[in-house]
Amino acid sequence: MTHLKTVLAASVAAAALSACAPQDMFGPYGDAASARPAPAAQAEAPPPSREGLAAGVHDAGSAAWNLELVTNHPTPEGFSATAIIEGGSGTASAYQDDGAGEGGESEDAQSERRRRLFDVLALANSDLAFSGDVVFMGSFHGVNAFDVSDPASPEHVLSLVCPGGQGDVSVHANLLFMSVEENRARIDCGGGGVEGEVSEERFRGVRIFDISDLQSPRQVAAVQTCRGSHTHTLVPHPSDPDTLYVYVQGTGSVRSGEELEICSGGSPDENPDTALYSIDVIEVPLAAPETAHIVNRPRIFADRETGEIAGLWQAVESGEGGGPRSGTTNHCHDITVYPEFGLAAGACSGNGILLDITDPVNPARIAEVFDPAMAYWHSATFSNDAQKIVFTDEWGGGLGARCRAWDPVNWGANVIVSVQGEELVQHAYFKIPNEQTEQENCVAHNGSLIPVPGRDLFVQSWYQGGISVMDFTDPDNPVEIAYFDRGPVHAEELYLAGHWSAYWHNGHIYASEIVRGLDVLTLTPSVLLSQAEIEAAALVTFEEANPQVQRHFEWPAEPVVARAYLDQLERSGTVSARLLARAGEEVARWQEGAPREARLARLSADLEAQAAATGGRDAERLSELARVLREAD
Amino acid sequence: MTAIRGLCAIAAGPFLAFALTAEAGAQAPIVQPGAPGEAGRSLTAEEAEALAATGYTDADVRFMQHMRVHHAQAVEMNALIDGRTGHAGIVMTGERIALAQEAEIALMETWLARRGEPLDAPDLHAHHGHHGHHAQPHGAPSDVPLMPGMLSPAQMAALRAASGAEFDLLFLSGMIQHHQGAIDMVDALLSQPRSGQDPVLSEFIGGIVADQSAEINRMQAMLDAIRAGEPSGEETR
Repeated sequence: MTHLKTVLAASVAAAALSACAPQDMFGPYGDAASARPAPAAQAEAPPPSREGLAAGVHDAGSAAWNLELVTNHPTPEGFSATAIIEGGSGTASAYQDDGAGEGGESEDAQSERRRRLFDVLALANSDLAFSGDVVFMGSFHGVNAFDVSDPASPEHVLSLVCPGGQGDVSVHANLLFMSVEENRARIDCGGGGVEGEVSEERFRGVRIFDISDLQSPRQVAAVQTCRGSHTHTLVPHPSDPDTLYVYVQGTGSVRSGEELEICSGGSPDENPDTALYSIDVIEVPLAAPETAHIVNRPRIFADRETGEIAGLWQAVESGEGGGPRSGTTNHCHDITVYPEFGLAAGACSGNGILLDITDPVNPARIAEVFDPAMAYWHSATFSNDAQKIVFTDEWGGGLGARCRAWDPVNWGANVIVSVQGEELVQHAYFKIPNEQTEQENCVAHNGSLIPVPGRDLFVQSWYQGGISVMDFTDPDNPVEIAYFDRGPVHAEELYLAGHWSAYWHNGHIYASEIVRGLDVLTLTPSVLLSQAEIEAAALVTFEEANPQVQRHFEWPAEPVVARAYLDQLERSGTVSARLLARAGEEVARWQEGAPREARLARLSADLEAQAAATGGRDAERLSELARVLREAD
Repeated sequence: MTAIRGLCAIAAGPFLAFALTAEAGAQAPIVQPGAPGEAGRSLTAEEAEALAATGYTDADVRFMQHMRVHHAQAVEMNALIDGRTGHAGIVMTGERIALAQEAEIALMETWLARRGEPLDAPDLHAHHGHHGHHAQPHGAPSDVPLMPGMLSPAQMAALRAASGAEFDLLFLSGMIQHHQGAIDMVDALLSQPRSGQDPVLSEFIGGIVADQSAEINRMQAMLDAIRAGEPSGEETR
């Protein structure tokens, strides 16, 4: 079910925006928020415009709203495409004086020039993973890592060169995992590509590095797969901490069986062993990672009744005259697992799917969803209670400008889906306002939850559309509550750039900018998000964080958590002011270190009673607030 | 490159203790690991950057030049929708294809221009002389398509002349044929030695296969529905 109302509201909002002067990258951001009118109207008001930002790689104009850039660490030397873009050539500048495009170039000179040239995409930064205070940033060219013990001053601690794209990374203990998909990738991390259709030197799959010594990373395993690895997901063993699984999502062409014996392609009608229509499951014995190997290639798209491998691809709605139900679903682009619930959400080209992963080697499909407005199901994120899933649509693959004024507001957007038993039910779309230029590639991309108790907040990257925070507490009415956006990297030409990923980690937002490097951001309080809500979120911390492996958020019984719930109840206005004032007073006493325990207990009971008489999310907030007060000490 | 001054261990909880060099603003050494089990080596920034050279082939250039023309016909077909049909699915599909293919034409032109390559393939100039891929000013439209999946001038003329249910059938079957041709062109490119390794080209052709095969299935389902609603089960080509 789609919600036209949301779509219309968004386009009206976009049209109603007035132009506003671009702000300096490190300038103040509070003006727009403080100038806003009364609270009730504020929640409905559109975000301030992000139009007209000046272009530049490191001197672009920027606009921000309720989100502040703390610092940027430029892409390290040896990995940076800045000079190429600033030179305006788009390909390696060293080769631009060789007579390209001029009539006098000899055939040999032309072929030599073609052989040596490269595009800036070969140096693109990609996904992020976190271990302690170290942020790993993948790249099509390898991996960089930064120590963010002081988030305002990231320190570059690792540069690992290993070309092959996309370089999506995950980390567990002393092992770093990296996705490799391109035909040019070599098993020895070398450059220069690979000769021929069949070669022992080619590597497409998942590399495993031992990073016990960050100064001297070693490749310990390289597990070859048929379609390479576009992305991958770590999946913990339910009971054995010494075994780890990796789901491998390959989206590329199937390689020759002469190069890797298990591989053959084609339609499942003609070839039941086809490497299409599956994912790969790698088992990694942590004590001997060099023995990592594929243990299963499950047919997760199979028809439940007939067992037909291409079960989603050929599914056509029965009875209703055969409307389209699904596109080509022969791979997943991304899978997010939620081990505490035994679930995984797959964004699988033509469908979104829900998997039971209680037996990780044999994931079983529970449900699927299709939507003709979704061009390419790209990534998935559960809400904390696993009742909702945010799916993204990477319409156009990320290379295109898809947030221009005339692009449809529900294409290349997020769609919110709720999990209702064995059904996935579709709710509203969310897209940032269509205010990006034709020089900015822009579409929905990677993000993660922000652990504010009582709300469902999602921070997300939109390539050159910047970073946006979506509140999807109400799945039928998702709204933007913060953003950060820079102008294009180049004034006239479109380059692949912008934010690949933006994730919340231990109190900050870390974002990989494809060209500009690592960004560190922080939320700033506003009428849409209070200081207490931001502080409560910062209480949820993880030592190790791979955004495709979701962890359940739990909040301690702290006064600031109670304050966060109170702020939300005040904002929604469904509970009596008198009860809120009383609760506010008790929480303030608690915050000052003098809790009146008997009064807190009575208040807790009254809040529970109020919860029983209240509906929706406010009932949950009241109950949670009551719990926090009960547990106060 | 900065000398390693101090070594300190930062405890990262129960998971991992990294050995880190500490110097504010320093660039970490650049390491290129070897194959599994092998030792790595240190690189300078210049050496590291040089490894990003991916190169491209004559076949890559020809593919981009040809696909540009191929896409242009899809845009031309979509421009015919307005006024000829009110089928909501076709209108939406057409809008999506037009937006996507116009953007991809720009991408292909940028790719060629940045590499100092001409936008037009030399072999297509010759081809134009014989058949032409736009409406023919005189004589009967040809039955020979310019490249795989492209509609022949005769098919384009039939599409232009159709409306209503006839247009729907011709459009869907024609666009399915057109998309399948693009996928075949990608397959042909990948069978050429060293082709399809340029990262932008690689992403682009991956996108063509994903988007267009998804669209083929959606269009096929629409086509099946239209045909199921017609007692004659009329074939369209």
